[in-house]
Amino acid sequence: MGNYILKRIMSIIPVFLLAALLTTGMIHLSPVDPAEAYLTAAHIQPTDEILAQKRHEFGLDQPFFIQYVNSIMKICQLDFGISYVSNKPVWNEVIYRIPATVQLAIASILIAVFVSVPLGFLAGVKKGSVIDHFSRLLSFFGASIPTFWLGYILVFFFSVKLNLFPVEGIGTWQHLVLPSITLALPLIAMYTRLLRASVLENLQQPYVLFARTRGLKEKTIMTKHVLRIAISPMITGLGMNLGKLLTGTIIVESVFSWPGFGRYFIEAIFNRDIPVIQCYVLIAASLFILSNLIVDIVQMYIDPRISRKEGQHR
Amino acid sequence: MITSIRTIFKSQKVIPICSIILGILFIIAILAPWITPNDPIAVNLAYKLQPPSWDFPLGTDHLGRCNLSRILYGARISLGFAILIFISSLAIGLIIGTFSGYKGGWIDHILMRFCDGVMAFPSLILVLGLVGIFGPGLSQVILALMLVQWVYYARMFRGMVLSLKEQNFISAAKISGSSQWKIIKNHIIPNVLPPLVVMGTLEMGWAIMDISAMSFLGLGVQSPTPEWGAMIHEGKSYIRTNPELMLYPGLSIMLVIVTFNLLGEALSERYGVKRRF
Amino acid sequence: MGTEESKVLQVRDLRVQIKTKNGVATLVQDINFELKPGEILGLIGESGCGKTVTSMSILQLLNRKETTIEGSITLKGQELNGLAEKEMRKIRGKDIAFIMQNPMNAFTPVFTIGHQFIETIRSHTHWNKKQATELAVESMKQVNLPDPDKLLKYYPFQLSGGMLQRLMIAIAASLHPAIIIADEPTTALDVNNQKNVLHHLDRIRSEYGSAILLISHDLGVISEMADEVAVMQHGKIVEKAGVFQLFDSPTHEYTKKLLNARPALYLEEPVINLI
Repeated sequence: MGNYILKRIMSIIPVFLLAALLTTGMIHLSPVDPAEAYLTAAHIQPTDEILAQKRHEFGLDQPFFIQYVNSIMKICQLDFGISYVSNKPVWNEVIYRIPATVQLAIASILIAVFVSVPLGFLAGVKKGSVIDHFSRLLSFFGASIPTFWLGYILVFFFSVKLNLFPVEGIGTWQHLVLPSITLALPLIAMYTRLLRASVLENLQQPYVLFARTRGLKEKTIMTKHVLRIAISPMITGLGMNLGKLLTGTIIVESVFSWPGFGRYFIEAIFNRDIPVIQCYVLIAASLFILSNLIVDIVQMYIDPRISRKEGQHR
Repeated sequence: MITSIRTIFKSQKVIPICSIILGILFIIAILAPWITPNDPIAVNLAYKLQPPSWDFPLGTDHLGRCNLSRILYGARISLGFAILIFISSLAIGLIIGTFSGYKGGWIDHILMRFCDGVMAFPSLILVLGLVGIFGPGLSQVILALMLVQWVYYARMFRGMVLSLKEQNFISAAKISGSSQWKIIKNHIIPNVLPPLVVMGTLEMGWAIMDISAMSFLGLGVQSPTPEWGAMIHEGKSYIRTNPELMLYPGLSIMLVIVTFNLLGEALSERYGVKRRF
Repeated sequence: MGTEESKVLQVRDLRVQIKTKNGVATLVQDINFELKPGEILGLIGESGCGKTVTSMSILQLLNRKETTIEGSITLKGQELNGLAEKEMRKIRGKDIAFIMQNPMNAFTPVFTIGHQFIETIRSHTHWNKKQATELAVESMKQVNLPDPDKLLKYYPFQLSGGMLQRLMIAIAASLHPAIIIADEPTTALDVNNQKNVLHHLDRIRSEYGSAILLISHDLGVISEMADEVAVMQHGKIVEKAGVFQLFDSPTHEYTKKLLNARPALYLEEPVINLI
């Protein structure tokens, strides 16, 4: 099993290198000249001389490959350059803002899991019931509603009308409620649907019938046997959907003025702060790759078939 | 698979209903300049934040502009650009996909790995990254969306080319002497059309979602162009007093996306096409 | 012949109907048979003739919302049809055991076979894990499964079809059920394993006195094992007789057809006449 993990880690590295390649290339594709942007942000008049000097400093006059290797080395030391806007190291700025995003993300995932597991499971087991119809409706609309609008609707009802939660900002747990629900809904939509389909599929399987003929309690069969197998695709989905989560944080943080990494990213786009943009994309890519790896490992524990295929006994 | 109205699917009424709704939306979009009661960008502070009236059927916004007119024009923008993105990414995808499938070998391999990578990565972040490079602005957003969407079509066309290469009926048709055009018309197109339509429908829904998300963030459409996402953004400040400023555009977005999604799902069930998540 | 108590299972006028889009369809009807202790009743018929429906009605595992079961099914005098689910569950696996056709799919893939065996035992008794494990090991030894202690830790996909089938028999027999319903127990196996399985079924019925409802489309299996045979076609029993009588002088057309469909293994004419 350790071998398997090692192999998977090894396969990540080329993808990571590719991502680094692309982000380095971004600088060249951009019409923004990093040297010029830097000087403008620092309020220094960009004369040709100073420009050339800055370019040299940034290593922009070197062959692309060397730049690429340099950026990789810097990235490994967590050096993402200096923000054009604030003139401070990008990494510091990012570290400062990441905790807020992580808090939001974790809250959302927890909400999503706690809602979609029972909902999806019950929808599958009691197919055709009220719960089932409700869950499918929820799944459909949850996937179709624009996240930013959902945020405002929630704000309108719960903050403005009912005055239960603050409209925006960060601070107390009340501040966390609406943003995390907004972020969780698309996830709930997806996971509920996944789990429901998986449960339905499993209910048709012979092992369920055999368990019944053995006289096991229906509740035991459902919760112990079926759920355990059915939840597997949902876990895969969880990992795959880190992307949706990330995307969601960008929008949710803007709607609720949540001071996290996502909002910083948007600001950077407005400000053409290329190093920050680079950093974000790279981190997003790494997170994405990492989450796939973790999902694979978790799958291995849940479904013994994956790692033990070699143990055929005659 | 989707809602409690599964029975409606079975009776296949969904497809015509959705198509009609979309048809109406498209007609509105095209005829917008003629059917709107007022100029959508005419600012008139004297009339700001008015309730619905004969002159302004849905009231006015914070700059005195007619809400209804802005919504109708917004349809134009959203649907218009969705179609633009659809057609251009389709074209790019078609070219690259068929080329890749036809050539095969390591070109195919590399291109498809590239597509897989892009497809797996969350699209909005890629789009945002590209916008970060190109700069904020409507054309940049459109370009970014195009560059991200073509990979889906490329994969589809490439798959098609590959399976067609193997199909016997192509050789059979060639042997029996059918002309090239006939082959394309009778064999290729019926196979290509269903997945294409399904994918197009769903992708257009996504495109509209992304466009409005971008505009909402302030990165796409710039003021004073009436776009639904941007309107929500502007309506943000008036959420306490005039929530309808954000309600109307939001409902419009939802209506369009729901219709596209319903249609896409119904089509994919009907023609047995699988969709990506 | 005997009193009511000597019949372990009695099925009388069983009729099963299912609600469909176009109304009500009858799956099986006029089903009458009985099982005596230690007896094997063979149920022959083609696919779709209603064999499985019959066995599922005995187990009361048909979908209660869509199907209606009429008639009487008594187990040692107790009426099963319409019995509360709670009571029925106690009977399944303990008084009536079931052996499935395809052993490879029958077990839950994510639990070890030991886990599933013990779970079955413990849902019908108050024993602790250790006692249940002992019983499991004992049962497995009786079906000649090698190294039972080790085998218990394996997952289903790690065992072969023959072993899994013997395991199912072990589980079925472990609680000394009054009836075992074996639904095509040999179909998925090769010849050697088939012989094995039949041997153990036979042993169980003579050792514990369990009655066996043996469902199969394989005439060889039926002729070898069954005492009585019932032939089903289109949801009805068309002929029922003792095994020798049925195979030697079948009365119903369908039975005759089935028997004639077997390839003859012996020649009655001298070979020279055939050239």
